[in-house]
Amino acid sequence: MYMPDFEYHTPRTLSEACALLAELGEKATVLAGGTDILHKMKVGKLAPEHLVSLKNLDEIREIRHEAGRGIVIGALTNHAAIYNSPLLQERYLSLPMAAHTMASTQICNLGTVGGNIVNGVPSADLPPILIALQATIRLVSASGERSMALEDFFCGAAETVIAPGELLTEITIPDQETTGSTYIKFGLRRSGALAVTGVAVSVCVEGDKLRDARIVLASAAPTVMRATAAEDFLRGRTISDEALAEAGTLAAAASRPRDSIRGSAEYRKNLAEVLTKRALRKAIDEGHV
Amino acid sequence: MSQVLTDKDGVKRYLITLNVNGDAHTILVKGNAILTNVLRDQLDLTGTKKGCELGDCGSCTVLLDGKPVDSCLVLAVEADGREITTIEGVSANGALDAIQESMINHAAVQCGYCTPGMVLSAKALLTRNPHPTEPEVREAIAGNLCRCTGYVHIVEAVLAASQGRVTPDDH
Repeated sequence: MYMPDFEYHTPRTLSEACALLAELGEKATVLAGGTDILHKMKVGKLAPEHLVSLKNLDEIREIRHEAGRGIVIGALTNHAAIYNSPLLQERYLSLPMAAHTMASTQICNLGTVGGNIVNGVPSADLPPILIALQATIRLVSASGERSMALEDFFCGAAETVIAPGELLTEITIPDQETTGSTYIKFGLRRSGALAVTGVAVSVCVEGDKLRDARIVLASAAPTVMRATAAEDFLRGRTISDEALAEAGTLAAAASRPRDSIRGSAEYRKNLAEVLTKRALRKAIDEGHV
Repeated sequence: MSQVLTDKDGVKRYLITLNVNGDAHTILVKGNAILTNVLRDQLDLTGTKKGCELGDCGSCTVLLDGKPVDSCLVLAVEADGREITTIEGVSANGALDAIQESMINHAAVQCGYCTPGMVLSAKALLTRNPHPTEPEVREAIAGNLCRCTGYVHIVEAVLAASQGRVTPDDH
């Protein structure tokens, strides 16, 4: 299969990578796991002049807990490392479970969490559960760095606020008060399928009430989206099947899915309703799963 | 950083070392060379198959530092210095691996095109988890498509290999 030619770079450190990206500007494409970039290059959707490989940047390939901050996940961590992480499995099993539903073992051993975020596609499986867990991200460039809530990173289908020269280096899941979270993905097969629709939720249960809830939908709009009307409805409400069903209705009403080969917009709205209800019930009853 | 050589036409080639099946191969590759092609065309290891070439079918599966990956989505330059196991490296001292014996005995090979990838995915599984359950076997080979749809015998063969029964039960 044809592969376009490019200039290949292997910066040795993060600062070297930033300097190189600043110099090359929009002519450079960043190579992390390659499962998306090389695919796009093979099918003729991408022909970068320069490919900047991050393979030497071990400094952003680890998962650790930092007191006062939470769990910090290096952007180059691959999906298999996420689902095999004892730290994540123990605290927020919902994230390893989401990583595990993403793709085949072969892809999970290559693809990175940073790539899954930076691609900005609405069917990506990790952003919904990360946003439900209030994740923040760190973007670094030669001229400085900035942090933001992950949910503010996406601005359209395959569009994000990342600027040329910026690198996503880490994702932080803050220590939190949530009592449960989960991601339910509906795909056309059990393995290797993109989400027709996916719903991630986190809940904070207090007695028989929901103190707070976050509901995040995948493949339900041009970007990953929060169902804020449903969240507002649930806040402070007594937990009941009726309340969770109403939250599902509100989430579906707010969704703006498209017709695609994987499912019609109407079908996806129905999925958003049902999966929201199920995900809330699961997170309320079972914790971080 | 690997050594870069530029020829008279200005084409850059990288001097890389691939440790394949225990042998270190130092070779020259272009930046855009895909690992599958380098293994097959430069190292003559044609057991690694080319199917979809887009990371869907798993027929190009190799173990990179012991973990299964689709070699069609790996640049050879990215694998510089790393350990690669291809199907040619699974047998040892002229004897087939238990998974290979078991696949033959369970008629788990039909057209054979997916077989190298299947064996490597199974090998990685059994190395990490010597006594898997049937769902664990199915999950481990979920990234390897068999267009003959011979999954039942493949799963049986891997389970049998893990239990030391490479000869099939009477059917």
